[in-house]
Amino acid sequence: MSDAKDPQHDAKQGAEGAEKDPTQATANSDVLGNKAAAAAADKGNAVEDPAPVVAGPTTGTQPGSVTDRETGERLPAAPGTTPDPVVVGERRGMFGARDTGDTTGYGGMVSPILFPAAAVRPYGSFFDEVADQLERSLVGGTASYAEAVERVVVDRGEMTLFVRREHLRAVARVLRDDPALRFEICTGVSGVHYPQEEGRELHAVYHFLSITHGGRRVRVEVTAPDSDPHIPSIVETYPANDWHERETWDMFGIEFDGHPALTRILMPDDWPGHPQRKDYPLGGIPVEYKGATVPPPDQRRSYN
Amino acid sequence: MSTTTGTTGTHDTGPADIYATSGADAAASEGAHVFNSTGGDWDQLVDEAAALHEERIVVNMGPQHPSTHGVLRLILEIDGETVTETRAGIGYLHTGIEKNMEFRTWTQGVTFCTRMDYLAPLFNEAAYCLSVEKLLGITDQIPERASVIRVLMMELNRIGSHLVALATGGMEMGATTVMTVGFRERERILSILEMVTGLRMNHAFIRPGGVAQDLPPGAIDKVRDTIPLLRRGLHELELLLVENPILKGRTVDVGYLDLSGCMALGITGPILRSTGLPHDLRKLDPYCGYETYDFEVITRTEADAYSRLRIRIDEMYESLKIAEQAIDRLASTPGPVMVEDKKIAWPAQLAIGGDGMGNSLDHIREIMGTSMESLIHHFKLVTEGFRVPPGQAYAAVESPKGELGCHAVSDGGTRPYRVHFREPSFNNLQATAAMCEGSQIADVIVAVASIDPVMGGVDR
Repeated sequence: MSDAKDPQHDAKQGAEGAEKDPTQATANSDVLGNKAAAAAADKGNAVEDPAPVVAGPTTGTQPGSVTDRETGERLPAAPGTTPDPVVVGERRGMFGARDTGDTTGYGGMVSPILFPAAAVRPYGSFFDEVADQLERSLVGGTASYAEAVERVVVDRGEMTLFVRREHLRAVARVLRDDPALRFEICTGVSGVHYPQEEGRELHAVYHFLSITHGGRRVRVEVTAPDSDPHIPSIVETYPANDWHERETWDMFGIEFDGHPALTRILMPDDWPGHPQRKDYPLGGIPVEYKGATVPPPDQRRSYN
Repeated sequence: MSTTTGTTGTHDTGPADIYATSGADAAASEGAHVFNSTGGDWDQLVDEAAALHEERIVVNMGPQHPSTHGVLRLILEIDGETVTETRAGIGYLHTGIEKNMEFRTWTQGVTFCTRMDYLAPLFNEAAYCLSVEKLLGITDQIPERASVIRVLMMELNRIGSHLVALATGGMEMGATTVMTVGFRERERILSILEMVTGLRMNHAFIRPGGVAQDLPPGAIDKVRDTIPLLRRGLHELELLLVENPILKGRTVDVGYLDLSGCMALGITGPILRSTGLPHDLRKLDPYCGYETYDFEVITRTEADAYSRLRIRIDEMYESLKIAEQAIDRLASTPGPVMVEDKKIAWPAQLAIGGDGMGNSLDHIREIMGTSMESLIHHFKLVTEGFRVPPGQAYAAVESPKGELGCHAVSDGGTRPYRVHFREPSFNNLQATAAMCEGSQIADVIVAVASIDPVMGGVDR
């Protein structure tokens, strides 16, 4: 609890705190290396880019143009552009059954799952202020705003900052310590598993609340590939995240590097696997009637 | 209570490759750290203790113990009567509610999440429904009457939850009268909730788009009649507790956690308000029209178990104030209790019969007798449900324990892609160590009672 200082009174701590200790730097470079390798693998054989962009919702899963990718389509969108929604996967058929169970004729239907596109300035509400202040405060730290923030999404009145994992700690520090940002409370981390998003399957979603600034909320989303499920822990900045990160480790297998005691919290110690992942095998109910068995819920025919 | 003496600790260290035995995780654990539930490296700990030739006494309090507020396991390291180290072991009531919700429609999800914090089911439902409504983009279309009913039900539920907090807290300190009075008063609230929703708990009453049905005839009168009785009962509780020298001796300056501690640990609810910070999401980030109600945020500055108890008592009076305003409004706010969009308004109108269950005969007559389209629509809506546009949303409500948040992710399907609840009990339980270490064993009970964790919510 050494970090349990009052966020109301430690405005000056931000710049020092954002400094990286040497061990962390090496860990990060390792993470970077792995990420680069994963990205290279993706380019070789992947069906879809980690976050491909399609021309529009009606054109299906056509991959994003190279120029888009090279200009960094995940960067905060430039003014005047119209970014495209992000494809995170595709939906097949209507009833969830992947085998012959679907006899409706809709089994071959394929539609992309499109998540909200990167936002264009001005974001509206207090979001511009938060983005500007974050940009200013990150200057002189370990990473600039453009390096740390991949993409900003404003959707349904909420702001999501997609932060590259190696810069999460710096961003969290600034969010807490900068007097103009001052997000005192991190209301935990929620994992989401997108098995179809190659190279960024695991998402850790943090929600921050600023009481000082009248209940502002901002969401930070960090991704990691399945092959290298590491995300830096922000427990040293937000001790409240201790159990939340343990839960996310338990449920998704995301390893939060630097967490003081990353152990299972809800499942038993010797439990195999991480139950909230989409590829976690579900047990069917062992009921047999004339040779037929009840399949597990994710293999049953049902609307999806 | 089981006691382990000597240098072994509560856990055997076990083989280093404990995961390897389970097969599926063998690859994952290859060369990786092995993480055990209680954290840290027990080998090191045991070696250190052995080198010191000190006797360490580790006591497991719970998970089956009358004073641990449900299946909470507290691992206490004690020196005489003094607690030198506290850890909370949870997970004994994990039922996979979040995972289950991924295999049910958006509307059916209510039935699952209501079972999390079983003392405040309507708050669970409200948080979930608000996030689904945000995803659907229909937050503005929720009928006024539905919002007022939500507020009324939530505030009554808040009183019920606080009453249990006081009652069980009192019982754990040996004050059985506090327990009987508390549960007696809660019974009045449960009776109202039963009349309105059909169930005493696990209501599944608040649904995406509104509430399941309008108040039954006589409900408003019943609430109106019950409020004075509740006020009298609360006063009785107050007389029993507030100046009780034994209670004060047990609670004053016990379980101390100041503002910076609360902030660091993300503590919300009565514990945070006992440090003097008037943080209440009903004021800070109003939902369901709370900004239009007249009520006070109760704070105190002592930051101990006694002040939290006083805050809970005073908050119940504030809740009664809100409930009174809500029933006044209901009289002048007719109208539907579900959004107009018939593609979302699930289920079609039902009415509660004398047995507390039942269908609307009018509706059945329509779908079975006059309109084939209505029948098809009803069938599709109930079996398939509605689709929610892809994206994510976070909505939070001020539950009796603090900020209850719901992070819902949709992939455009008829079922949630992921629902995560930020449970205040789960988060607040992290403060156990900060509140208990250095105190006596008896104070641990009081400190935990002042956190008011509900294990159904903690473990989900």
